[in-house]
Amino acid sequence: MKHRFEVLVSLKAGLLDPQGKTVQDALPTLGWDNVSEVRVGKHIELVVEAEDEASARAQVEDMAGRFLSNPVIEDFRILAMEETS
Amino acid sequence: MKPRIGVASFPGSNDDRDALRAIRFMGAEPVSIWHADRDLNGADGVILPGGFSYGDYLRTGAIARFAPAMAAVREFAEEGRPVLGICNGFQILCEAGLLPGALVRNQGLAFVCRRIHIRAEDSSGNFTKFSAGEVLQIPVKHGEGRFVAPPNVLGRLDDGGRIAFRYCAPDGRLDHRFNPNGSSGDIAGIWNERGNVLGLMPHPEHAVDPDLGPTGGQQVLQWLLTAARHLARASAITAV
Repeated sequence: MKHRFEVLVSLKAGLLDPQGKTVQDALPTLGWDNVSEVRVGKHIELVVEAEDEASARAQVEDMAGRFLSNPVIEDFRILAMEETS
Repeated sequence: MKPRIGVASFPGSNDDRDALRAIRFMGAEPVSIWHADRDLNGADGVILPGGFSYGDYLRTGAIARFAPAMAAVREFAEEGRPVLGICNGFQILCEAGLLPGALVRNQGLAFVCRRIHIRAEDSSGNFTKFSAGEVLQIPVKHGEGRFVAPPNVLGRLDDGGRIAFRYCAPDGRLDHRFNPNGSSGDIAGIWNERGNVLGLMPHPEHAVDPDLGPTGGQQVLQWLLTAARHLARASAITAV
């Protein structure tokens, strides 16, 4: 069974995100002056073939913690998407 | 006896040739290490050079850590033999867990490319110490060189004499305005716990030949050569 996931990787809270800050600083120039706390992260989609969703998710947790994100500087969230055949 | 210094080449490395040339200039024998090889070509010391290995995909150094040559480098480092990571090489060492912390986007977002000053700290590398307080002029060129680590790790580095270099003013004063990337504690380079792995963002291989500018890099490479020579001699004695 194939299981589709999205992994969202973001810089840890408190760690300066210069990219997010630059985006935030650019928004008022287009008239949006009510936006704060902009953070720029990464979005990774993947499909795991596994017997059930729980074991697929466990594998994604492991991959996200050891490779897709760097635990020193980043946090991650895993979203399960609809099953694909 | 000339120590053999291996310089690794990953896809996207671009300072490997300069490192080989600097090693020859310093009087040692440079040898190339190909990323796909599992052996280190008989090297007594290893340089992981600067560049953009694997296009900096995912994170800087994140993919290079899986190269077959890196398995050999890890073993080599665990045997206590000397490894120097420069710029992207420093990033690779952090991703591989051979050095603590991480290198993230420069505070000012811009890629910095200029000569700067670093100050040798009272730190403890194997075989040789940099003279504490000495100021070296040396170039940096990086977009992701801001060293960060959790407070307890920074404390351990500081207490353990593991901060090798800090960015400083030309007269050696610590001053954030002279820090090109916003790194924690103005850190430019660190040691591992054992003192045989050194990582730094500035480029010693670009600062050895007086005909081409400052020579602040000589001392850094000299550490690698000295450590490599000691260990090469020790293993030659054991072999007899």
